[in-house]
Amino acid sequence: MEVKAHAEQHHIGIKVYFLVWFALTVLTGVTVWVSYIDFGLLNIVIALTVASVKAALVALFFMHLRHEDKVTWIFALYPLGLLALLIGLTISDVFYRVTP
Amino acid sequence: MANHTVAETLPVPFLEKTGILSWILSTDHKRIGIMYLVSISTFFLIAGAFALTFRFELLTPEKNIMDPHTYNVLFTLHGAIMVFLFIVPGLAASFGNFLIPLMIGARDVAFPRLNLGSYWIYLLGAIIILIALLKPADTGWTFYTPYSIQTETDVIMITLGIFVLGFSSILTGLNFIVTIHKLRAPGMTWHRLPLFIWASYATAILQVLATPVVAITLLLLIAERTLGIGFFDPAKGGDPILFQGFFWFYSHPAVYIMIIPAMGVISEIIPVFARKPIFGYKAIAYSSLAIALISFFVWAHHMFTSGISEVAATIFSFLTFLVAIPTAIKVFNWTATLYKGSIWLHSAMLYALSFIWLFTIGGLTGVFLGALAADVHLHDTYFIVAHMHYVMVGGTVMGFFGALHFWYPKWFGKMFNENIAKIAWFLVFVGFNLTFLPQFILGTQGMPRRYATYPPEFQTLNELSTIGSWILGIGIFIVVVNLIKGLFNGEKAPQNPYNSLSLEWSVPSPPPHENFEEIPHVTDWTYGYGKKQNTEK
Ligand SMILES: [Cu+2]
Repeated sequence: MEVKAHAEQHHIGIKVYFLVWFALTVLTGVTVWVSYIDFGLLNIVIALTVASVKAALVALFFMHLRHEDKVTWIFALYPLGLLALLIGLTISDVFYRVTP
Repeated sequence: MANHTVAETLPVPFLEKTGILSWILSTDHKRIGIMYLVSISTFFLIAGAFALTFRFELLTPEKNIMDPHTYNVLFTLHGAIMVFLFIVPGLAASFGNFLIPLMIGARDVAFPRLNLGSYWIYLLGAIIILIALLKPADTGWTFYTPYSIQTETDVIMITLGIFVLGFSSILTGLNFIVTIHKLRAPGMTWHRLPLFIWASYATAILQVLATPVVAITLLLLIAERTLGIGFFDPAKGGDPILFQGFFWFYSHPAVYIMIIPAMGVISEIIPVFARKPIFGYKAIAYSSLAIALISFFVWAHHMFTSGISEVAATIFSFLTFLVAIPTAIKVFNWTATLYKGSIWLHSAMLYALSFIWLFTIGGLTGVFLGALAADVHLHDTYFIVAHMHYVMVGGTVMGFFGALHFWYPKWFGKMFNENIAKIAWFLVFVGFNLTFLPQFILGTQGMPRRYATYPPEFQTLNELSTIGSWILGIGIFIVVVNLIKGLFNGEKAPQNPYNSLSLEWSVPSPPPHENFEEIPHVTDWTYGYGKKQNTEK
C-alpha cells in the first residue's frame, strides 16, 4: 500500500516520456553514425557506452526505477556487480594466459 | 496461533474439485505445486531409467548391450533431463510452491496467474526437449564447444528447450521473491521466518540473476551453429574456453539452486523430530544468502585443466574453498540441533540424517577438487561423477524424499505405510552408497568418465557399482509405489501428525483453498520446541 501511494506521488508526466523517447532516438542515431567512422578500439567503447546510457534511461524513466525504494535498487544494481565480476575474473584468465 | 478457526466451518479442501480443467487452469499454488511434483517426478524416473541402462553396459569391460554412440546419447539425456527437468525446478517449484504461502501465512503467491504461466512454460520446454529425443545430442549435459558445434546430432533442439525452461525458472524466482517480501502475515518478521523460506529466498535470487546467463550462452551456441558467427570457434576469432566460462557462470550457482532448497527442508525436518529449537537460526538463515553470493565467484573451478591462466586458477581455487564455510556452518548447526534431542526416527528424519552424512562426503570431496594439484589428477575421472552424485543424490534427492515423506500428510491428507517407507529408505541408502562409493576409488585409480568400455582391472568395482544401482532402483521403486498406494488406501491424515509448530500444520490436511480462513497473527518463531508454554495452546 505504501508503495502504491509512493508511485502516484511521483507520477511522471507525458512530457518527460517524450523527452526520453527523443533522447533514445538521438542516441540510436549516434550509434549508427559512429559505426561509419573508424576510431579503432574506441568504436566498441563508444557503442557500449551509448547502449548503457540508453538502457539506464529506459530503466530510470520507462521502468520507474527513479522512484522505487531501496530494495528495488539493490535488485537492479546487483546484476551490474555480477557483470563486472564476470568480466573482471575472466580478465584474470585471458590477460595472463601463457602463449607458447 | 490460528488454531481456533479450523473445524467449525469445514472449509473446502483444495483437492476437492476434479476434472482436467480444474488442474490445468488452476492458479492455486498447491495445485500448481502438485503439477510440478508429478512432472519432475516423471522426468526423475525416466532419467533414472537411462542411468540404469548405461550402468548395465558398464557391468563388463567390453561392449555388451549398446554401441558407444548410444552410450554417449544416454548419459547426455540422463544428465540433461535430471538437471534441467528434475533437479533445477525440483524442490523449489514443487515444495516451494506448496509451502511458501502456507509457511508465511498467505493465501497464495504474489502473482498466481504468472505462477501458472511459469508451469506452462516449463511444460513447453519439456515438450521441446522430448521432441529433441528424436535425434538426441551426444555432447554431455554441458554442451561444451567445440564438439557441440561440430556434432551431427541435434544440439539446437535440446538447448532451445533448456532456453525456454530458463524463463520458467526466472519467473518462479521472481514470484517467490515478491511473495516473501510482500505477503508475510502480520508478525511474521524476517527473523521469525521458517528456514525453508530463507532457503527459498536465496534460491529465488539465484534463479533470477544466474539463469539469464545460461540462456544467452545457449543462444550464442545456437547462433554459432546456425549462422556461423565465431563466438567460440578459434578459427573465426572465438574462444572455446569462453563457452565454459559462460556456462559455469550459471551452472555453478545452479548447483546451489538445486541444493539450497534441500538444505531448507533439512532445517525444517530436524527440529521437529529432535524436539528441540533449531540451533543457530540466524547462522543457518544467513549462510543460505552467503552461499548464494559466493556461488557467483567460483565458476572456473570446473576449468582448471582447460588451459586457463595459472593466475585465474589460483584465484578461483582460493575462492572455492570459501564456499566450504557457510556449508559447514549449516552442517554443524544441524548436528548441534540433534545433540541431546529426543529423536524420533520417522522416515523423513532418516532421509534428513542421510542428507547430513552423504552431503558432507559430497561437500568435502569437493574441497579435494578445488585444490589445484589434486584436481589435475582427478578431473574428468569417476571421482567427479561420485562427488557430484553425493551432492546431487545424497544431498538434493535425499532432501526431496525427506520432504515428500514429511509433508505428504499435509499435502494429500493421507498417511503412507511408515514401515514400508523405512524399508525403502534402507534400500535407497545402501543402494546409493554401493553405487557411488566404488566410483571414488575408480576415479583415484584413473578411470575416466564418459566411456562405454574400460580396462579389465576396473571390473570388480564397476560390478559393485552396477549392483548398487539395481538396489537403488528397487528402493526408489518401493518409495514411489508406497506413496502412490497411500493416496488411494492410506488412512486419513490428522491436522498435525508430528506436533510441528510451523504455520502449515495449523490448517487442515489437506489445506483448504486459499489456506487460511483468517490470516494468522504470528507472535513467535516456529522452532520453540521443548518449552511447555509454546507447544500447545
Ligand atoms: Cu562448481
